[in-house]
Amino acid sequence: MKVPEEKQYALVPAEGTGRINDKIASDLARFVCLLAVSLPDDVKKRLSEMALGETSDGAKKNYECMLENLRLAKGLKRPLCQDTGIPCFYIKAGSGFPYVGDVEAAVKKAAADAFLLVPLRPNAVDPYTGKNTGNNEGTCSPYIDWEIVPGDGLEITVYLMGGGSSLPGFAAVLTPGEGLEKAKQLIIEKILEKGVNACPPLIAGVGIGPSADIAAKLSKKALLRPLDSDLAEVGDAELAKELFDKLNGLEIGPGGLGGRESMIGVNVISGVRHPATFAVALSTGCWATRRGVIRFDKELNVSSPDHGDFV
Amino acid sequence: MEYHLKTPVDKETVRKLKAGDTVYITGRMVTLRDEGHARFLAEGGAKGVDLNGAVLYHCGPIIQEKDGMRTVVSAGPTTSMRLERYEPEFIEKTGISVIVGKGGMGSATGEVCVKYGCVHGIYPGGCAVSAAMKIKRVEGVIWEDLGMPEAMWLLEVEDFGPVTVNIDAVGGDLMKEKQSERLAKV
Ligand code: SF4
Repeated sequence: MKVPEEKQYALVPAEGTGRINDKIASDLARFVCLLAVSLPDDVKKRLSEMALGETSDGAKKNYECMLENLRLAKGLKRPLCQDTGIPCFYIKAGSGFPYVGDVEAAVKKAAADAFLLVPLRPNAVDPYTGKNTGNNEGTCSPYIDWEIVPGDGLEITVYLMGGGSSLPGFAAVLTPGEGLEKAKQLIIEKILEKGVNACPPLIAGVGIGPSADIAAKLSKKALLRPLDSDLAEVGDAELAKELFDKLNGLEIGPGGLGGRESMIGVNVISGVRHPATFAVALSTGCWATRRGVIRFDKELNVSSPDHGDFV
Repeated sequence: MEYHLKTPVDKETVRKLKAGDTVYITGRMVTLRDEGHARFLAEGGAKGVDLNGAVLYHCGPIIQEKDGMRTVVSAGPTTSMRLERYEPEFIEKTGISVIVGKGGMGSATGEVCVKYGCVHGIYPGGCAVSAAMKIKRVEGVIWEDLGMPEAMWLLEVEDFGPVTVNIDAVGGDLMKEKQSERLAKV
């Protein structure tokens, strides 16, 4: 059936107003700058606890270096890790947020401003020519993900996604017969194989669903949650605990050189699977997981639940 | 054991280092990642750069240029394993003595380290500002067209460490040892 001419516009995604909302753009740019130089409160706290729990000289020295690095980065306002990643923005906009059409342009402006201000490292590389775009801009960079939810506020989870830290990630579509046992085995194998290159201790996000893309999306959501999130499903909580204990038992330690623990945290989010499939995905973050949540209310007052020092 | 090395590092000193030792480096250090290694090998070297006894840093730094002066802002190590495909040939051709990166390397690099006298060490990953503080000066840059992370940066460092010796020149491989212990637990 032919779509009537006047209806066709509805099939094209809205592009926003194109207007740059200075308040959103500048608050967001400031937030990205802060993110590059400091870790979220929960991760910082957990790292300090982990450091205290170490007994071997090597692991202690490694943690000392990490904590010292955090102090220096914050004090000098320098990127705590040189891999400032691909800037990712997970937008959750209330359907009643008055400036919803401004958000995308503001995000792009903020990413470009932060790139120069911090400065961030240019990390956007053309997959065919190998050429670095030089300014972190390119198709899918900054990476922007949209979710519209009931409400009148705006929440953006920002993640400076490092390369090494993403290395152990994967998605696999298993048969139901292989199911959960195989999924656990793959996760442990991947973290064992590649985790040492991802600057441990690590954060793991696990997603389960009917297909690779859904599982992958859930795994990233799981990774970016606060460490002590209450998991909705009893099964998710049990799986998270089991993986946390097993992975910690491998004693990967800081830098992979051994230590009492391997993991900062494990989070799991599952959706239903299909009767014929069991898809699982893993997203990983390093000890320097630069994740931050920024919130705007409808008057554009700004706050952050995981960066107490953001004002 | 703890060692304070000065570049160029002679082979006799290299062979003294054992997996698990801690070293600090003073002198000249060059950075290279995937693209830089590939170009180095394709072109048979970098003009005017002698890497005999040198220290190679697997790193893609953030460099800031202000008033014609270049400063290293942030410069932690990158994953060494990615360079495994180039490193044996690179060590053989250049005669470098020390490689610094993060994570382990493969057995081919291990064998060449024994043959030619080279060690691979690990600097705490992600500790990029601490590392940058030990870099005193940018002496120059080669192949800037590869982009900031991939270019070859010539750096002057002072007491750069702690670097934990991972692969030594007498057959030791710390990460391999740790990984097989872990494998046995799964
Ligand atoms: S894994 Fe994380 S800490 Fe390590 S180099 Fe990459 S971004 Fe930095």
